[in-house]
Amino acid sequence: MHVTVNGNPYQLPEGATLAVLLVALEIAGQRVAFEVNGTIVPRSQRDVHPLREGDRVEVVTAIGGG
Amino acid sequence: MSDPMKGVPRTDRPLVVAGKTYRSRLLTGTGKYADLEQTRAATEAAGAEIVTVAIRRSNLGQDPSQPNLLDVLPTSRYTILPNTAGCYTADDAVRTCRLARELLDGATLVKLEVLGDPKTLFPDVEQTLVAVKILVAEGFDVMVYTNDDPIVAKRLEELGCCAVMPLAAPIGSGLGIRNPYNILTIVENATVPVLVDAGVGTASDAAVAMELGCDGVLMNTAIALAGDPVRMARAMKLAVEAGREAWLAGRMSRRRFGSASSPIEGLSS
Repeated sequence: MHVTVNGNPYQLPEGATLAVLLVALEIAGQRVAFEVNGTIVPRSQRDVHPLREGDRVEVVTAIGGG
Repeated sequence: MSDPMKGVPRTDRPLVVAGKTYRSRLLTGTGKYADLEQTRAATEAAGAEIVTVAIRRSNLGQDPSQPNLLDVLPTSRYTILPNTAGCYTADDAVRTCRLARELLDGATLVKLEVLGDPKTLFPDVEQTLVAVKILVAEGFDVMVYTNDDPIVAKRLEELGCCAVMPLAAPIGSGLGIRNPYNILTIVENATVPVLVDAGVGTASDAAVAMELGCDGVLMNTAIALAGDPVRMARAMKLAVEAGREAWLAGRMSRRRFGSASSPIEGLSS
């Protein structure tokens, strides 16, 4: 299935969870927050939250800023 | 009889933000540094305990072994203050705060800034007020960036902000405190901490803010874009401490003409 992550297209196996996406993006150990279709998915739900065709995923982190 | 020009000392009170007490009154941003090592060194030299960060899309595809900001500024040591920089609407700012809370394990402290104009980076007060109401209702502890308008500052406090942070001058301008009397009025009216946020250019600006009675100063560019950021961080730390000490000491009154410091009697002739 196709999803969009931070504006870029990604292909994932059917039924992949956010935890699977984290591994695929090679950011499994990093501190990030997820939004799927505009709604935050809490860390506790990553293992069970299934992604669906066309989902828009945002992955954010903390960077330098004032 | 005491000199009528003599100042009146004040009693020190700790800086308490959202229930937590801080020793340092210098808060620093983490943008515009050459690299993370310089960020770390300057933050340490500043003695900052609260550091601002921005919330942005993860840089996917970067080397996963590269350290990120929260590796060099760990949450175990610093209070991380996520900002809403770059947000021009209340909706965007609220969304950013919610993401930050998720990112930082439920931490509720945020720096709200809703900008009105990319040229001046002055705040959009109307949208700021809208965002404050939503965020306070959702349990956030809001440190709010605002202009130097005492009426708006008081309103933000009444809406439940845990700190009010008027600008000294436009963000990143280094122009110093453009309206000291308004900052003074904001300080005098406030029952929550008032911190000058934005516009400080050099150490004397920070000292002036503290001499006006501000509870702290938040800065980024003045340190990061100094020729030697780590040394400027140290200068800012000293300036904030000096300004605070001077405010506590209670400065002498100004007078127009001279007043000899040495006794005028007993001159040998």
